[in-house]
Amino acid sequence: MSGSEAPWEAVIGLETHVQLGTESKIFTSASTAFGDAPNTHIDPVVCGLPGTLPVLNEKVLEYAVKAAMALNLKIAEHSKFDRKQYFYPDLPKNYQISQFDEPIAEEGWIEVEVAEKGKETYLKKIGIERLHMEEDAGKLVHAGSDRLAGSTHSLVDYNRAGVALAEIVSKPDIRTGREAAEYASEIRRIMRYLGVSDGNMQEGSLRCDVNISVRRGPLSPFGTKVEIKNMNSFSAIHKACDYEIERQIKAYESGEIVVQETRLWDEGKQITKSMRSKEGSSDYRYFPDPDLGPIELSKELREIWRAELPELPAAKRHRYADELGLSIYDARVLTDELSMAVYFEAVVAAGAEPKFASNWITGDIAAYVNSQRISFSQLSFRPSQLAEMIQMIDAGQISGKIAKEILPQLLEHGGSPKLIVEERGLGMISDPGAISLIVDNLIAEYSKEVEQFRNGKTKLQGFFVGQLMKKTGGKADPKMANQILAKKLQG
Amino acid sequence: MAIAEWREQLKRGEVSARELVDEQLDRINQIDPTMHAFLDVTGDRARADADRIDEARSAGQTLPPLAGVPIAIKDNLCTKGITTTCSSRMLEDFVPPYESTVTERLWNSGAILIGKTNLDEFAMGSSTETSAFGATFNPWDLSRVPGGSSGGSAAAVASGECLAALGSDTGGSIRQPASFCGVVGLKPTYGRVSRWGLIAFASSLDQVGPFTNSVADSAEILQVIAGADPKDSTCLNAAVPDYSASLFDSVKGLRVGLIKECFDHEGLASEVKESVLAAAVQLESLGAEITEVSCPRFNDGIATYYVIAPSEASANLARYDGVKYGYRSEGAENLASMTARSRAEGFGSEVQRRILIGTYALSAGYVDAFYKKAQQVRTLIRGDFENAYKKVDVLLTPTSPTTAFKAGDHVDDPLSMYLSDLLTIPANLAGLPAISLPCGFDEKGLPIGLQLIGNVLDEKRLLSVAHQFEQVADVKAIHPKGHFIP
Repeated sequence: MSGSEAPWEAVIGLETHVQLGTESKIFTSASTAFGDAPNTHIDPVVCGLPGTLPVLNEKVLEYAVKAAMALNLKIAEHSKFDRKQYFYPDLPKNYQISQFDEPIAEEGWIEVEVAEKGKETYLKKIGIERLHMEEDAGKLVHAGSDRLAGSTHSLVDYNRAGVALAEIVSKPDIRTGREAAEYASEIRRIMRYLGVSDGNMQEGSLRCDVNISVRRGPLSPFGTKVEIKNMNSFSAIHKACDYEIERQIKAYESGEIVVQETRLWDEGKQITKSMRSKEGSSDYRYFPDPDLGPIELSKELREIWRAELPELPAAKRHRYADELGLSIYDARVLTDELSMAVYFEAVVAAGAEPKFASNWITGDIAAYVNSQRISFSQLSFRPSQLAEMIQMIDAGQISGKIAKEILPQLLEHGGSPKLIVEERGLGMISDPGAISLIVDNLIAEYSKEVEQFRNGKTKLQGFFVGQLMKKTGGKADPKMANQILAKKLQG
Repeated sequence: MAIAEWREQLKRGEVSARELVDEQLDRINQIDPTMHAFLDVTGDRARADADRIDEARSAGQTLPPLAGVPIAIKDNLCTKGITTTCSSRMLEDFVPPYESTVTERLWNSGAILIGKTNLDEFAMGSSTETSAFGATFNPWDLSRVPGGSSGGSAAAVASGECLAALGSDTGGSIRQPASFCGVVGLKPTYGRVSRWGLIAFASSLDQVGPFTNSVADSAEILQVIAGADPKDSTCLNAAVPDYSASLFDSVKGLRVGLIKECFDHEGLASEVKESVLAAAVQLESLGAEITEVSCPRFNDGIATYYVIAPSEASANLARYDGVKYGYRSEGAENLASMTARSRAEGFGSEVQRRILIGTYALSAGYVDAFYKKAQQVRTLIRGDFENAYKKVDVLLTPTSPTTAFKAGDHVDDPLSMYLSDLLTIPANLAGLPAISLPCGFDEKGLPIGLQLIGNVLDEKRLLSVAHQFEQVADVKAIHPKGHFIP
């Protein structure tokens, strides 16, 4: 197919900055706490005072390497830090300690599950170019303008300066906004599973920049690349990419030029806006930081860290589907948060049927957890107790309705479902004689309906079930009730 | 007076720490107005420290090894609560909230801060003339420079204003002024001594070291300041040997290499050459074997250095932007002009020159031809030394091609000034320890220094060879005019 006839295709790559959740900064012991008064988490190293020196926080290295391992990246045995130089007041030394040509890890991939309403869910492997460590910059607050230009004066807060970041650069393998959002959310999920970052986009612990261009099919050369910033949610990434793809296609089709520039996503207007044009690339005058020695990672240390990696979301998804027989959708929901997956696995381990466990957890229990803004790990209703409840339903000791009735109490305070059912006298009526007696009474009471039923209006069985449940307070064994009703109604 | 001698006198109560401090302060008052070694004399603090030591002694407490030793500190080493200027307008009012590791170790060993000494601005220079606060002069001849950049520390020790001083050496900034002023100057192995608190010039080359009247005193100071420091990741985690105890280790059979390329250099003054060669003969008389070795790229050191050092400096000095601390130009209309003007007004011309050179050498399109090429040559120079140390134990060269030159002689010609560090730079590039000590005088009565360059972490051997040479040469006794200071 010749280039010009082929349909448009977007080429998207993401640069993701993940704030590594160490207590202290990357090169000094100052705290990384978020949200405190300006310049309360600074020290002479953070401020770049003369004579101070950076010393690498070993925890940062561990987090970065674990993150890289989870992204299937190759860990470099030798790596180094470089100085990236540019003058800006949010950068105390006017250079950023980063990694340039020898990052800690290169060449990896992750698999994402792309699910979109009305479309078939598919798996996609997205390549990752590299992961490197660097220090964050501080924050400028401009008076009289939202930008440096036009402000009367600016204030600088160095609390964030020196916070450890892992920058993860994807390959340009992404083709749609949905894929971009899925990629970013999978990165976040993995980081949270590892416990190396909280991935909080609102607080800036996870920041994504998108590079995007369009072309006439995979055989055409790349189009002009545009960078988009300022997306604070996965849905914003999704929408910003889709908007930008449309914008660029329209521009090409109407004979306009797409310029190389940085654009900002405007969440209010749902559009991208031009921020600045990029005339060539900046010259950052990188060179190896002489204050920091080479980073040498022994095989032993790498093996120790690798052994500490948890089972990752993709592996869990596959296992839940393949071994536990769950749907792709359920597996996805259950593994979104590690705490939910851990809870689910404990329930299953305690003997509950996986599908039932999944239904309870992703349904009523998740709703409760979300409404209370707690984590599954903080839930009073312990996995063994949920397993007990599910087993009671399974064994016909209580109905689903009764289970729902006692659930609020269990969620609130935990406890043994068995004891609660006993205490509240909610055990199921599964004595055929007792149920037959009630059915007989119903047939006598609703003779008209019985006649209609016998004349072919079999739908009325539901009416009788309802009446039976009403009489028993929902405690009748539904299976048995149906069987007896069916038999007696037919006469 | 040697530190060991002072320690004995103090112990016996023949003299008090306060008396020595007062004596030194008198000396400073007497000569420093003309010589100008000091930027700041910390008299009150020194007297109080001395009184505390005297009280401790009276109370029968055991005194630390450097108790009461008055020491001057180059003003690019941060001293907590005491202005540390780097001899620059940029840091004229900078008061560090922390102490550098080396000075902290000195004070913990009982040493007394007597004052902060002058230097070339940000240690960039070889004459102490680029100081923003006026030049320092050579105590042997006040019309001459003391060398640089640690000229203040060298002059202070040479003229008896203090017992010892600290300097920093990036390309010869301890050894060259030591040579010009006729004292002992030691640049340790890169990483032997912590750089925490040393205001960076070129981080991969900078190293702190002592100025003393004798090699034995050098050993004493190094003993205290050397050793690992968790605050500096380039500081080596290697055991510190007992330097003083090994000063008399035999030099019999010691192989001393004369670097051919040094002695062949056309810029080498004949008097200097002769004096150093005579020293080699004296070493031979001690049992050392003298051989000639070749370090083919030795003379490329200077060109290599003047790419690498300014490159690192251009980044190290980027932080001085008028935003957080230091000099800020008033009345700028916007951020860019505030930074540009603060730097244009706050830095002197030599500093600006080196920032420009370094920025250029790291710029896209030039970095391969300059910075990266220089790093390759640096590796070759290191290789030359490695080869040399397969054949010899220490290397011998003059410290500087000439003796102290006249103030103003090279001010307008940076290239001729840079040549002054021709022989000292290679040791920095290779990270090797090197010591300069007096070996004679030229016909004007100006001191000549020889340099011994040791293998990595071989300070112990370097000090023992130097010490034994010092004993037999007795250089001060041969000064043509006797004592020198006015």
